[in-house]
Amino acid sequence: MSSRLDTLSVGEVLAEADYPISRDSLVRYAGASGDFNPIHYRDDVAVSVGLPGVLAHGMLTMGIAAQPVVEWCGSDLTVSSYQVRFTKPVVVDPVEGASLSVTATVGALEGEGAVTSALIDLVVTSQTGDKVLGKSQVVVAPR
Amino acid sequence: MAVNENIMGKAYPPVAPYLVGREKIREFAAAVMSQEPLHRDVDAARQAGYSDVVAPPTFPVVLQEKALQILLSDPEAGIDYSRIVHGDQRFDYSRPIVAGDELTTTLEVTKVQSLGGHTMVTSESRVSDAAGEHVVTATSTLVVRGDDS
Repeated sequence: MSSRLDTLSVGEVLAEADYPISRDSLVRYAGASGDFNPIHYRDDVAVSVGLPGVLAHGMLTMGIAAQPVVEWCGSDLTVSSYQVRFTKPVVVDPVEGASLSVTATVGALEGEGAVTSALIDLVVTSQTGDKVLGKSQVVVAPR
Repeated sequence: MAVNENIMGKAYPPVAPYLVGREKIREFAAAVMSQEPLHRDVDAARQAGYSDVVAPPTFPVVLQEKALQILLSDPEAGIDYSRIVHGDQRFDYSRPIVAGDELTTTLEVTKVQSLGGHTMVTSESRVSDAAGEHVVTATSTLVVRGDDS
């Protein structure tokens, strides 16, 4: 069965997007996810455990990073697996906030003849230019 | 307090069934800055052949969070919550989660490894639907930082 995956080539940039993150974003994510660790909203607690400041939830970064691929997938393709390694924290300034830049590139195509799945590599950098996720890969397949 | 390496292989009882709400999916999708209509528009989801709105790929963290609370509060495990850093995370899907799913999560510790004074604890939270069919497995590695001494 043919799908949009057959039109891809390895190395092709699938999607790129930038996302501003504010302290409001962290409070919203805490409520939605149930992760109320105070290092994600209280400066005094973050400093007391030796952090450079309030950090974005790693899982917020992971959730945002998937969105460009999810939106590319639409309704005929779906995410079959998704993995990341958390390599650098994203410090969210109370006034300036933070930002994430996501680039999704086709890393590999599986299947003989028709493509049965595509491995998409994500590069995610923060406003400081640091790569905040490592080994960040989404596998998409036809539904 | 040190992590008890003997918890490798330990399986915990299932978390009470979780009913996935439509508004919870919309709330989570907004929190991860989603623009995808399948996550919020019921008509779009139904036209695509789903019974209701579809959860974003990292939504199972809501279920994993509840399962991890059981592990973290297990005195036998000896994991100090204030010393935890999330190391890596993975989701392996059999099918997407949709609103209306009643999901049961069972956590098992699959790996405990000490490295350079830290201990890495890997667990698998296996999520099944009301029919007992596998939906997704969430695999999480927590890094427990060693004593500062």
